[in-house]
Amino acid sequence: MALVLNEEQVMLKESAAGFLAQKASVAQLRALRDSGDERGFSAAVWQDMAEMGWAGIAIPEEFGGLGYGYTGLGLVLEQAGRNLSATPLQSTVLVAATVIAELGSEQQKQALLPAIAAGGKIVSLALQEGAHHAPLQCALSAEPQGDGYVLNGEKVLVLDASAADTFIVIARTAGAPGDEQGLSAFLVDANSAGLTVQRRSMVDSRNAGALTLANVRVPASDVLGEPGAAWGGLIRALDIANIGLAAELLGVSLEAFERTVGYLKERKQFGRVIGSFQGLQHRAAELFAELELARSIVLQALHAIDAGEQDLSLLASAAKAKLCEVAQRATNEAIQMHGGIGMTDEHEIGFFIKRARVVQHLFGDYNYHLDRFAQRNGF
Amino acid sequence: MSDLEQFRQQTRAWLEENCPQSMRVPVKGFEDFYSGGRKPEITHPDQKLWCDRMAARGWTVPHWPKAYGGGGLNNEEVKILSQEMARIGARRALDSFGISMLGPALLHFGSEEQKLEHLPKIVRGEIRWCQGYSEPNAGSDLASLATKAEDKGDHYVINGQKIWTSYADKCDWIFCLVRTDNSGSKHEGISFVLFDMDQPGVTVRPIKLISGSSPFCETFFDNAIADKRNLVGEAGNGWTIAKYLLTHEREMISGFGAAAKKSMGQMAVEAIGTDTSGRLANSVLRQTIAQYQLDTLVFGATMARVGDEAKAGQGLGAASSIFKYYGTELNKRRNELNLAVCGEQALGWEGEEYHSGALSRDWLRSKGNSIEGGTSEVQLNIIAKRVLGLPDA
Ligand SMILES: Cc1cc2nc3c(=O)[nH]c(=O)nc-3n(C[C@H](O)[C@H](O)[C@H](O)COP(=O)(O)OP(=O)(O)OC[C@H]3O[C@@H](n4cnc5c(N)ncnc54)[C@H](O)[C@@H]3O)c2cc1C
Repeated sequence: MALVLNEEQVMLKESAAGFLAQKASVAQLRALRDSGDERGFSAAVWQDMAEMGWAGIAIPEEFGGLGYGYTGLGLVLEQAGRNLSATPLQSTVLVAATVIAELGSEQQKQALLPAIAAGGKIVSLALQEGAHHAPLQCALSAEPQGDGYVLNGEKVLVLDASAADTFIVIARTAGAPGDEQGLSAFLVDANSAGLTVQRRSMVDSRNAGALTLANVRVPASDVLGEPGAAWGGLIRALDIANIGLAAELLGVSLEAFERTVGYLKERKQFGRVIGSFQGLQHRAAELFAELELARSIVLQALHAIDAGEQDLSLLASAAKAKLCEVAQRATNEAIQMHGGIGMTDEHEIGFFIKRARVVQHLFGDYNYHLDRFAQRNGF
Repeated sequence: MSDLEQFRQQTRAWLEENCPQSMRVPVKGFEDFYSGGRKPEITHPDQKLWCDRMAARGWTVPHWPKAYGGGGLNNEEVKILSQEMARIGARRALDSFGISMLGPALLHFGSEEQKLEHLPKIVRGEIRWCQGYSEPNAGSDLASLATKAEDKGDHYVINGQKIWTSYADKCDWIFCLVRTDNSGSKHEGISFVLFDMDQPGVTVRPIKLISGSSPFCETFFDNAIADKRNLVGEAGNGWTIAKYLLTHEREMISGFGAAAKKSMGQMAVEAIGTDTSGRLANSVLRQTIAQYQLDTLVFGATMARVGDEAKAGQGLGAASSIFKYYGTELNKRRNELNLAVCGEQALGWEGEEYHSGALSRDWLRSKGNSIEGGTSEVQLNIIAKRVLGLPDA
């Protein structure tokens, strides 16, 4: 696949850019934050997005989606990154729908994916248990009992937890932390007895939540795929998720960079625009080069998903690590080059650095993925 | 027993008796420092008691002369005092811009009358000072400041606006750069004046930071009055004083975050674990932390060397610029590493489980370190031009 967008994709990118800038902008995020909104996104905006097909953009047509593939979803995520759009696109469409598509039975896919594509269902993956992404260390226990399982344990950093209808809880039906065998994925209704959802406010003004499961009963029919065998599908879904997050980070970085270059052309000190100082020019030019590289790895990784490549791990870790690096640099430079005004809450540039660090951390940060990249390369 | 040994014994005994237990625990954050003033911010009732006890001996500013309320201690005695305070984990009793910035400038440039008037109140924490330098159009190019002071014989009438004035809403007096003359080059015609903020001509409006707190303000002067007795140095000579003061500010800022309790490497081992040979499980992070700890070590050694050289009468040119640049960049690295090491724990914003977002807020606040007191770029320009003698473009 050539590393260019086709006509359809260009149109998608443009309509996402236009819609999100108008309906789900940084100003909207600020308003949601300041009003202490419980769900953390606008249900009406999400419904509009679903009507345009974006909630089902990567979901195959047979399951009610648009079938544009992950390259299409990546384009929307990039625009969401540019606008810091607060929507369940990440939790539900990028992550949960992908886990379901990778692990679910035909029947489970039929039951869930069309509902997601229609924007009628918020689903979120509950994976992380400690301060760091460590999927293999998962310890939440699932004991067989009767015709189902009983789940006990805790999860953190569950995206859009306060709004979710269903959680996909990763738990151990066998084995010990560190084992690939024995991990299972459970569909857990948000209203299940014994499940407590605690909304947590994060630095990026988006919601995440902590789940406590105390003897939560789940019928055997709500195990996604085969019990004890979730690892393979989960890790592929996580690779896809990280590629999608890299696309979002690309948008965050590009927007922070472009706004900063705009400021360099406008702000005057010493009788000239600060963009005329070579010390700043070279840093901006270097960053521009890095961003161009970042674009390529994101597009290549998105194409690899759609081409059905079997092992995405190397590309996924490459894309995530590179975009973590670039996003960190772009957002740090953005604050520094804005001077005092960049430190104020009134200015929007600070929202970008906050969102960037959360996305960087989700499903493994720079250190995690560079280390994994080295391992996948055999050293 | 030598005099110094005797001094140590007496100091130790006095501290044991007079430092409240509550002041022997580390501060929780910026807002836990005690800065005194007419409307002091108190996070613990013992703060004022501890400050008063220390101030009575001049030990809130131990190296200032006794005549101005200071402790009159020599370098060795100051060192012993801080060692003895560290021994019991005693907090500094008073932290203020008066101590770190205005005081040194007044000692150097102030008249005898000004020193006697203002320094003792700084030592006792009676008056809290803020710094009125930056303006909307005079940031890095500070010398282009436009706040105007008109000479009315025995006083000045001041009109204009300052911005980013840290703690202006909590301070009592301001040391302020104003333009008294427009005729010469921009560095000429600047004067350094002191005046009371509690007057009708002064208004402050807090500005919220990305870290959520509002430590700085916009400050407006509408016919504010400054008594001419509070003009420091000559009229038109303010730039020299402003620069001298900035070197002290830069040293202070470069020391932010220096006192970490647990090493970053240790924290990482606890958060991420080790491999079988005891190395941090993530080799990428291991290297980044090692680099950070190495640079912290050599930065500390440099501070110590330059300090000793200064006492021996030598000086490294532009030392304050090097410190400001390196120290603040180091502190930003430390805060980014906190995020990498503490992971999800460092991404919280509110709530008990995230300690009200202490880590994320500190991280965001640290981004200002390389901006306040002259940006990193300005420090590098100073080193390149004044120290290396490189020409302008
Ligand atoms: C937390 C905080 C507290 C502060 N407290 C105070 C205070 O108490 N009192 C006070 O008076 N001020 C205070 N300041 C203001 C501070 O001193 C100014 O923000 C700073 O000097 C930069 O000015 P500016 O914000 O106008 O940025 P600008 O000067 O507009 O700089 C914007 C960017 O351009 C760069 N730049 C500018 N000129 C050059 C050049 N020649 N070469 C290369 N790059 C250049 C800068 O480095 C920066 O990256 C505070 C600032 C902060 C962030």
